[in-house]
Amino acid sequence: MAFTVVYLTAIVLVPLLTLPAKSFADGWGYFWQTVVDPRVVASYRLTVGASFVAALVNGVLGFVVAWVLVRYRFPGRRVIDAMIDLPFALPTAVAGITLTSLYAPTGWFGQYLEPYGIQGVYSPLGITIALIFIGLPFVVRTLQPVIADLDVELEEVATSLGASRWQVVFRVILPYLYPAWLIGFGMAFARAIGEYGSVVFIAGNMPMRTEIASLLIVTKLTQYDYVGAAAVAFVLLILSFILLLTLNALQGWSARRLGY
Amino acid sequence: MERTAAGVLTMSAPTLRPPPRPGLTEPAAVRVLLTSVALLFLVAFLFVPLAFIFVEALRQGWGAYVAAINEPGARAAIWLTLLVAALTVPANALFGLTAAWAVTKFDFRGKRLLTTLIDLPFAVSPVVAGLVFVQLFGRRGWFGPWLFEHDIKIIFALPGIVLATIFVSFPFVARELIAVMEASGREEEEAAGLLGANGWQTFMRVTLPNIKWALLSGVILCTARALGEFGAVSVVSGRIRGETTTVPIHVEILYNEYAFQASFAVASLLAVVAVVTLVLQTVVERRSRQTGAGAAEAAVQA
Repeated sequence: MAFTVVYLTAIVLVPLLTLPAKSFADGWGYFWQTVVDPRVVASYRLTVGASFVAALVNGVLGFVVAWVLVRYRFPGRRVIDAMIDLPFALPTAVAGITLTSLYAPTGWFGQYLEPYGIQGVYSPLGITIALIFIGLPFVVRTLQPVIADLDVELEEVATSLGASRWQVVFRVILPYLYPAWLIGFGMAFARAIGEYGSVVFIAGNMPMRTEIASLLIVTKLTQYDYVGAAAVAFVLLILSFILLLTLNALQGWSARRLGY
Repeated sequence: MERTAAGVLTMSAPTLRPPPRPGLTEPAAVRVLLTSVALLFLVAFLFVPLAFIFVEALRQGWGAYVAAINEPGARAAIWLTLLVAALTVPANALFGLTAAWAVTKFDFRGKRLLTTLIDLPFAVSPVVAGLVFVQLFGRRGWFGPWLFEHDIKIIFALPGIVLATIFVSFPFVARELIAVMEASGREEEEAAGLLGANGWQTFMRVTLPNIKWALLSGVILCTARALGEFGAVSVVSGRIRGETTTVPIHVEILYNEYAFQASFAVASLLAVVAVVTLVLQTVVERRSRQTGAGAAEAAVQA
């Protein structure tokens, strides 16, 4: 008990408390000046925007993947099911260099994008691709158990009452899955906001254009602007906190809704 | 349902059930379409990247592959990474055990705060995790001047790397155990206590057998993260070649020097670790479900 508290305090609490302390070390003025700097604002906008788009793509395709894995039978299903967690297990730096090489103009995928003038790397698109990769398991893994738990009898009842398959899917199944889907989406979004390793290679890191917030922190750090780095990090931390709290609230809501 | 990344990772695969009767599923054409979309997405985003790592690593043949891994810088990085994991994983396993024990078997004020704190590293960007340690122990950090006077190096040295790795990887064991210990309740421990077992006996004979699979799974995840952590370590490492470069940092350095083949060769080691992690996870999950089912059956028969 005492060990738990001491360990947590030493490893988590004290280190995190240095952030607000450091952010305001040079006063409110400097903090505010850093945070509203156009370059910083651009990085926040890019981070949140790309994370949102990536989470949305994962929301749609992750739903299809979860549905197919639970409901349909095809060869290789179990191997594929186990592979879903690869983005969790693969170090982010490895994911980063791999995706960058694949989507570079000469890469396996990039060569097909180039003729159309689409830039797969060093662009917001590249950042989104990396974020789709690392967020992929979240929606799939939150939906799978809920889809497996779906009461087939409900579908039978709806069908026997004359509902078409379309109606069953949209009126019976989707409303039931919605809370879990939202949680999976939220987790993918939250994870993408703080992501660094997989994005830093593919982003190209051009200020104002392809510089994400966590990279900006590292840049400020290497320029010995510790207070600036802390300020950017503090805002990022608050953002993830809000997301974490929202997710917890969603969790409670969905538990009530599903009647656990 | 679990709440965080680690929880998701260990969520059990849905139990097998017979395919639904016709009329209760989509038309064949829709099924084929959905399956193709899902497979295409997974092939493009999971399988091709994984295969690409090995193709690129072996592009100049086995000789170049072995040379890239056997080079002194790479060997030093591998040793450092193993050392960091060897220090991090036991510390976090011990913490996970005590934390889960405290949270699930006792009631006290501030319990919610404690569980939130345990979850926190998942919500914090790895870069921020590294940054806070620089602020504490860096040259201009809170303890910086004192450390400098006493010639103790934490940032840009092994202790900083270990601290950052502990920070990002400690929720895994705790979370896994809390989930299982919450589900198993306190009755068995209380019964053991009434029958005269002391705390240690209760833990070894009652609690540990119940949680061993969850503990193992938490340790596997924690190890995988400790071996592969990049963001937090890159902030505190300082990239002193052969001294403070872990394997992921070494991969980054090689890549930025345009030594692509060598970079992917070293990266392939991490990819192998990732695949082994997934296989172990699947095995542990299956075993734990079997023992779980076995126990339930025994209970029914009794």
